[in-house]
Amino acid sequence: MALNLDDVARLAKLARLAPSPEQQATLLTQLNGFFEHVEAMRAVDTRGVQPLYTPLSAVQEVSLRLREDAVTESDQRAANQACAPAVEDGLFLVPKVIE
Amino acid sequence: MTRALHELGVAEGLSLLEAGQLSSRDWVDALLARPDRYGAFLLRDADGARAAAAAADARRAAGEHAPLLGVPLAHKDIFVTAAHPTTAGSRILEGYRSPFDATVVARLTQAGVVSLGKLNCDEFAMGSANENSAYGKVHNPWDPSRVPGGSSGGSAAAVAARLLPAATGTDTGGSIRQPASFTGITGIKPTYGRCSRYGMIAFASSLDQAGPMARSAEDCAHLLSAMAGFDERDATSLQQPVPDWLGDMRAQHGSQPLKGLRIGLPDEFFPAQLDADVNAAVRAGLAQLEKLGAELVEVQLPRTELAIPVYYLIAPAEASSNLSRFDGVRYGRRCENPKDLLDLYQRTRTEGFGPEVQRRILIGAYVLSHGYYDAYYLQAQKLRRMIADDFQAAFKGCDLIAGPVAPSVAWKLGAQDDDPVKAYLADIFTLPGSLAGLPGMSVPVGRGAGGMPVGLQLIGNYFMEGRLLHTAHALQQATDWHRASPAAAQGV
Repeated sequence: MALNLDDVARLAKLARLAPSPEQQATLLTQLNGFFEHVEAMRAVDTRGVQPLYTPLSAVQEVSLRLREDAVTESDQRAANQACAPAVEDGLFLVPKVIE
Repeated sequence: MTRALHELGVAEGLSLLEAGQLSSRDWVDALLARPDRYGAFLLRDADGARAAAAAADARRAAGEHAPLLGVPLAHKDIFVTAAHPTTAGSRILEGYRSPFDATVVARLTQAGVVSLGKLNCDEFAMGSANENSAYGKVHNPWDPSRVPGGSSGGSAAAVAARLLPAATGTDTGGSIRQPASFTGITGIKPTYGRCSRYGMIAFASSLDQAGPMARSAEDCAHLLSAMAGFDERDATSLQQPVPDWLGDMRAQHGSQPLKGLRIGLPDEFFPAQLDADVNAAVRAGLAQLEKLGAELVEVQLPRTELAIPVYYLIAPAEASSNLSRFDGVRYGRRCENPKDLLDLYQRTRTEGFGPEVQRRILIGAYVLSHGYYDAYYLQAQKLRRMIADDFQAAFKGCDLIAGPVAPSVAWKLGAQDDDPVKAYLADIFTLPGSLAGLPGMSVPVGRGAGGMPVGLQLIGNYFMEGRLLHTAHALQQATDWHRASPAAAQGV
């Protein structure tokens, strides 16, 4: 099933990208070329196979490691905001959202 | 001393430093004197490196010992560093400086290394040729009209060109092994989780793994020993002790150091499309391993070809999620005069990401979207299990798996511009091990077409980095392939 230009526009919006109409046309060709290669994979019978989300669970039990519920980090707000495009009074600035 | 300082490897340089016959400052100066003709460095911090080298020399003079005290290297620009800007090869992080060091960087600093700066790479480590960096392509020191491989192309080119004895790299689908193969150096991708991912800018979190790139297995072992180990800041970090790889490596002797080692050759790694020159070099490497006592046996990895679509669905899916953090709000670039929040996100990301990154984000968004998740993403994760199981079946009959790293030697710059999928297909031999999370290595085994280097890939079972390093070291004790240097590097 090939993608069409509407699909590309929808995906771009989902991904918060805004390709130009020419770029969308190029992307459409490339994505359809890509998904042709993926078809072989879809035909494989995988009934009953458990998905492998993290590699070590192929050979051992992998459980999510939890740490103590304790404060381990100090306040780094100024350092963390030093590279932000726009900050004021310790807050990140964005265009007005609510009129 | 008869050898030029820029020719020194990590182990050699360390023993001279320890014997008081070399200063870190002289070593670093010799490296800085060499021009970077390949676009390997994104930032070469001569002043910082000289100061750090002088400090290392002072520490050594004061009787201090650290395992890599005074050893020069540089970091792939995918690792965040407080001392230098970090871009991940992307315009979206232009000018970004991290408030902290990646764990791998911090551990190497702790071990005493002197950083010469940051190395070029494909944008967010997405690429197999280092042609996707926003800051220019990297050229292969063996033939500047060819690619160095990717995504750790800057690391590979710098080490091959003797601009550095070693560098850090990362490997998601082959990004350490393939550039190592293309530039005639040695590189190891350890077991998934062996090195902390903390501060390594995320591409595909279930695949990303850091490792060293250097000119020998012994040099790689020096670096990996410092880089590896549990880190509570990485949720998938292995809680396994780090073995004494160097000690184990030095313990080997005799003319048959590989006696009893069964090396499995999967038929699927030697298909008809494999270039004849690569096949010949790989076979020569295997014959040498046999001479050293190893036994070659046949094994099967029947889903090798399927690893390509499986990887190229899973990795973009994870990337589309990871890269959503680049929104122009908290760090990095922001577009000019956004008219509203959506415009800010969209224009920032469209201006900031290159075409390959945008393609992968779209693929990821598609395969994770409602109605397609089961058919693509879930199916790929099930096949990933089958691929991992195939390896376990193969390891019942062998101790290591070997084959080529890539189906060809390094190709010409621009050769794959017309069709991005073509480059994906060339990742066929590195992707299966990546999907399974297994340790893998590239070891130089001669030259192919155009005099370009060829790497032998060794894949071990989980946690078997030691066996890989031992095998590669035995090969390098008996042969000179890893000592060959590109003619271009001999000029200066």
